[in-house]
Amino acid sequence: MPEKIQLLPGVTLTCVPTGKFKTSCLSLNLIAQLSADTAAWNALLPRVLRRGTTRYENMDQLSAALDELYGAAITPVVRKIGECQCFGFYSEFADDDFLPAGERVLEKVADLLGELLLSPATRGGLLNREYVESEKKNLIDDIRAQLNDKTTYCVNRLTSLMCQSERYGIDKYGTEKAVESISPIKLTKYYHELLETVRIEIVYCGAARPERVRGAMERALAPLPRGAVSTFPVADVRIFPQEETVREFHEELDVNQGKLTMGFRMGPCMYTPNYAGMLVFNAVFGGDVTSKLFLNVRERLSLCYYASSAVNRTKGILLVYSGVEPAKFQQAYDEILAQLEAIRAGEISQWELTSAKRGTVNAILLSLDSLGGLEARYFESAVTDMLLTPEELCGLVDAVTAEDVSAIAKSVVLDAVHYLRGKDGGELAT
Amino acid sequence: MASLRLKSYENVGEQLYTEQLPNGLTVQVLVKKGYSKAYAFFATHYGGADRRFRLAGQWIDTPEGVAHFLEHKMFDMPEGNALTMFSENGASPNAFTSSDITAYHFQCTDRFYDNLKILLQFVSVPYFTQESMDKEQGIIGQEIRMIQDRPGSELYYNLMKCLYRDNPIRYSVAGTVESIAQITPQVLYDCHKVFYTPSNMTLCVAGDVDPERIVSMCLELLPGQPGEVPVRDYGPDDGKAPCLPRLEKAMQVSQKQFAIGCKGDPLKRGREFLADSVLLDLAADALFGTSTGFYTGLYEKGLLGSDYGAGFETVAGVGHLLISGQSDDPDAVLDAVRAGLDQAAVNGIDTRTFQRVKKAAYGHILKRLNTFEMTCYGLADGYFNGFEELERASVLDKITPDQVNACYRTVFRPENFAMSVIQPITKGDG
Repeated sequence: MPEKIQLLPGVTLTCVPTGKFKTSCLSLNLIAQLSADTAAWNALLPRVLRRGTTRYENMDQLSAALDELYGAAITPVVRKIGECQCFGFYSEFADDDFLPAGERVLEKVADLLGELLLSPATRGGLLNREYVESEKKNLIDDIRAQLNDKTTYCVNRLTSLMCQSERYGIDKYGTEKAVESISPIKLTKYYHELLETVRIEIVYCGAARPERVRGAMERALAPLPRGAVSTFPVADVRIFPQEETVREFHEELDVNQGKLTMGFRMGPCMYTPNYAGMLVFNAVFGGDVTSKLFLNVRERLSLCYYASSAVNRTKGILLVYSGVEPAKFQQAYDEILAQLEAIRAGEISQWELTSAKRGTVNAILLSLDSLGGLEARYFESAVTDMLLTPEELCGLVDAVTAEDVSAIAKSVVLDAVHYLRGKDGGELAT
Repeated sequence: MASLRLKSYENVGEQLYTEQLPNGLTVQVLVKKGYSKAYAFFATHYGGADRRFRLAGQWIDTPEGVAHFLEHKMFDMPEGNALTMFSENGASPNAFTSSDITAYHFQCTDRFYDNLKILLQFVSVPYFTQESMDKEQGIIGQEIRMIQDRPGSELYYNLMKCLYRDNPIRYSVAGTVESIAQITPQVLYDCHKVFYTPSNMTLCVAGDVDPERIVSMCLELLPGQPGEVPVRDYGPDDGKAPCLPRLEKAMQVSQKQFAIGCKGDPLKRGREFLADSVLLDLAADALFGTSTGFYTGLYEKGLLGSDYGAGFETVAGVGHLLISGQSDDPDAVLDAVRAGLDQAAVNGIDTRTFQRVKKAAYGHILKRLNTFEMTCYGLADGYFNGFEELERASVLDKITPDQVNACYRTVFRPENFAMSVIQPITKGDG
């Protein structure tokens, strides 16, 4: 059973014991409220810190140290959970069992994580200017690179347009302009303030006993200054769209395949959210290959190469994303809504319901059999204070009825639609 | 069932059962305790590069994209779609086609043997109708358009077109909209007959499963007789020099992307294949990997970002060094690659660097063994090329600095490099 340990005020360690893997992971995450003012700062900070510490001043020395730890990896990460921006480091390293006798990597990785966070390479008390400037450029490159994967790009575009007056519409990397305005002086000041007040969530998945992890992390974080830890809600849920008519956004890029992306509010069902019900609803609608979108929009009508849905339970949003020829945009749009209408009307066969539940339970259990999946699940639970264990969640999924699914479909309201088509009119050359 | 063979690979903590059945199929089962997930991977040694082959004494040429098209169509069964049957059982099925392997796989946490039965049946029984072929041409046409929008894929195939004059790995596995229009049911039946014969296939399973039961299911459900062993033709040896030094293409991307390549010698079969590929990969990693001075130097200069990789890829009987990433100045990166190699050819690698890179490579092998997908892929690739995947760590252990230095002097020669570049579309283009 996972164990939660409070290390310091506002610093929690979640230990997930498992002997299944040959490597372990340890993530150190700072949790801030998503905000247009600080998103870029938070996204930049782990990258700058990852460039060097007082002991290992540059990337060469850090890389060599990690190689010596049998190829341990420490990567800067930024995640968005609801309206929280979670940023820090994810590390993965070999389990002692597979190393020459007496080698202990966990403690050394924990020390390194602590150094990266608390003892950065500085010049005259400021974060190294060269590192700050070069990581600003890299972050801007990454912000621009979101354009390269068109599916993710469209999902992000729709999210930011649909939620333009909400925190949720802020990109986890911030904006190019905000990144450009950061100076080493301002970043250093911000960094020191942050350390005192920020909530920190640490997750360990691996074979070591919780006591050992606790000891290692307590030592690594001993110099962490602690003031009043800031608290805030995970997300501000908007039940209904802001405008009465569906907002439409059109965009043209040099692409071969069109994309249709639709955003819904989960609606009044968010007053008493039924997480298991939402998972099953999503699997029936478009989350799985037994879903209505897959079987009808893609397979039966061949309208799309893919058409899938995803529910964000924390923010109460449903997204449908599909790859469609622009000439068929209207037909695909109508059919996607017709499938939602069918669920509202209770047209859910026993086969659909059973397949959706099995698929959902399978996906939950599968996530526990991969190290990254395990970390992601327990990290999200820690941030959102979810008390359900995966096993309990599976039990609740089993109990979901067709009426539950239909009720959720009835609650859902279409808010905004994004169309991406190729230049030159939209009819594609074949 | 006396012929199931058990071999332990104690250094990496794995136990593998193998058996070759009378019909020629090799079954490989990795028993993994403690997992709720089980994974089956049914693969044929057939991919996009296998376009010319001999059947019943006659050479047959097939259009680009047949292996991938066949993969899509195999899911059709007289009694319905196999994807749907898996999903009804709560399994997550999928398939992929590379240049030399087509694999069908599923993972599940329940009803493993029911799912295995579906897998064995749908892959071994071809069923194609003109009507379903016509529909599939539309679906794959969409997939091809989507692939053409992926910069990574264009980058890779352009590099292959630079490196190889005749080898069919220079063409996209999915084919083109025109080439797939030429595919008929008969072409699919022929290719299935030649390449889906059990002696050209392997079944790899990982999980807490019973190897004997798996073997008896194969005996019961698959054809009893071995088929004709396929003879394939990849064209004449291309030699070491690239056929083109450079290819460029403009796409809707944020920053220039590059892939730099250099051919190795054609690969031998068996343990030598493994020894050579592990050696060449280590040589690539020691000189150009993310922990080298080469990478950190260019990173600090702002010429490389975090989206970067270097390694040695083996595919369809050939292998090449592959270095790829994003950069504002790919030519400067190529110059640095050549300079780094010149220097390494003269000075060789220092012992400390060699030792730490080797430690890191060991950690990376452990990490790969965490995922059933990577491990089963390795087992299949190993079987098709005549080596034991689980010996990778022992093979690595025996590599000496002299061997690595020899790679710099004789295998990777600066004059044999080629580069593919994707340029961002600038205003006024297109």
